[in-house]
Amino acid sequence: MSKIEFAGVRKVFQGDTPNPVVAIDNIDLTVRQDEFVSIVGPSGCGKSTLLYLLGGFLDLSGGEIRVDGRAVTEPGPDRGIVFQHFALFPWKTVLGNVEYGLAEQGMGKAERREIAQGYIDMVKLGGFEDTFPNRLSGGMQQRVALARTLACDPDILLMDEPFGALDAQTRHILQEELLEIWSRRKKTVLFVTHDVREAVILAERCVVVTARPGRVKTEIDTSSGKADGAAIEKKAEEIWDVLREELVRT
Amino acid sequence: MRPLAGLGRTAFYYTPLLIIGLAWEAMARTGILPPDLGPSPMQTIAALRLLYTDGDLVMHAGISFWREFAGFASSCVLGTAVGVGMARVDWVRTVFRPIVTFLYPMPKSALIPLLLLWFGIDHMSKIAAVFLGCLLPVVTSAFNGARGVEPQLIWSARSLGTSSTAILWKIVLPAALPDILSGVRIALSVSWLLLVSAELLISRSGLGFLISYTGESGDYSSMFAAILVVVSIGFLADRLFLHVIRWVLRYRDFTG
Repeated sequence: MSKIEFAGVRKVFQGDTPNPVVAIDNIDLTVRQDEFVSIVGPSGCGKSTLLYLLGGFLDLSGGEIRVDGRAVTEPGPDRGIVFQHFALFPWKTVLGNVEYGLAEQGMGKAERREIAQGYIDMVKLGGFEDTFPNRLSGGMQQRVALARTLACDPDILLMDEPFGALDAQTRHILQEELLEIWSRRKKTVLFVTHDVREAVILAERCVVVTARPGRVKTEIDTSSGKADGAAIEKKAEEIWDVLREELVRT
Repeated sequence: MRPLAGLGRTAFYYTPLLIIGLAWEAMARTGILPPDLGPSPMQTIAALRLLYTDGDLVMHAGISFWREFAGFASSCVLGTAVGVGMARVDWVRTVFRPIVTFLYPMPKSALIPLLLLWFGIDHMSKIAAVFLGCLLPVVTSAFNGARGVEPQLIWSARSLGTSSTAILWKIVLPAALPDILSGVRIALSVSWLLLVSAELLISRSGLGFLISYTGESGDYSSMFAAILVVVSIGFLADRLFLHVIRWVLRYRDFTG
């Protein structure tokens, strides 16, 4: 049962220059319901573009993206996104940020407050409800962003290098928290990262994208051996070997 | 203790002004400054009290305030709409950008005679001067602010269910607000300057008129008093607005 299908997806950035940039070309990819898929590739290979297209933020230059069999035409609350640099609304408090999507769905004040509080507690930010994002550390801000996205209960979670801007310890903790959240409330997750170890630890399947123009180079099963450090390293090494061929091409 | 300490700091900050005033007064009294150079600070304050008690000051100030408010408020609303529109809608940008570029370096005071011709000697010409003085700073700051909004903020909101039209006031406007407010602050001081200039030039009322009228009739103490009022209002308005900005943008206070 496929949840998401990319079929011959192509994205060209026209820009102001005479030479249009082909970011991704002819991507075919299928993601199952509740699957956790990581996407790795050299920087500039269009792996984030892939998420933005699925999110409906950018227009396709060719091909089609289907969610539950329906073509994606615009953004929607069924596809939540978490960005590397959080993209919180700075003029809203933590509670205001987490409540935002619920208010947009037309939910009443008392009800949305209760739900938002639940997600704030889930990401361990109880007590910071009335704090503005600027006062929080990067890790805390990313927790707010995660809570804000999860509060709308999207089917699909798009994560664009969400832990890339965080220090190693914070990243490790947030990875664990994400896995715990995912195991409790299954969601289809597309997780873009440049960290192959992170891809192995989190995802069930790792999609390696080629250097620009991005195509699917190979897919590697990462569903087993999560508890075993040596197995993780071995799998990461396997992905790294494939990735290295692409990195030298850029 | 804290507000008192703040008051003390403020008093200290403005001490040089006080010293200049006292020195001026002393030089006037001892005759170092010849009397025909104008009234001393104390004479000015005495004239100010008289202007206030006979009601002239309040009336003219009220008229100036009304003109300033009407021009300033309408300019802020329209300027923000045009600036944000330019940033977000291609044809609005195509239409307004050359107009803004052309008018930006123009000294707006050069328009005052024209405005008098079009709108007459009373309120409308003064409101128009204030309106035009405010417009460009607000338009350009709103344009820059709205254009600089991170696409990811907009995308986040879109994926949380905000429609593409609602993005305008739910995301673009609040995200551009810091820029808009700094443009509005510039507009505030520019417009006050233009208003007083327009009233000085040709008018039958307002604080600028009070300055030129008392000056022409040789009542220099009253003229100085009116100038003092104009300067003080400009200063206080800016200080007040700065506090409003700080309060509205208090969410930014914590950036290190």
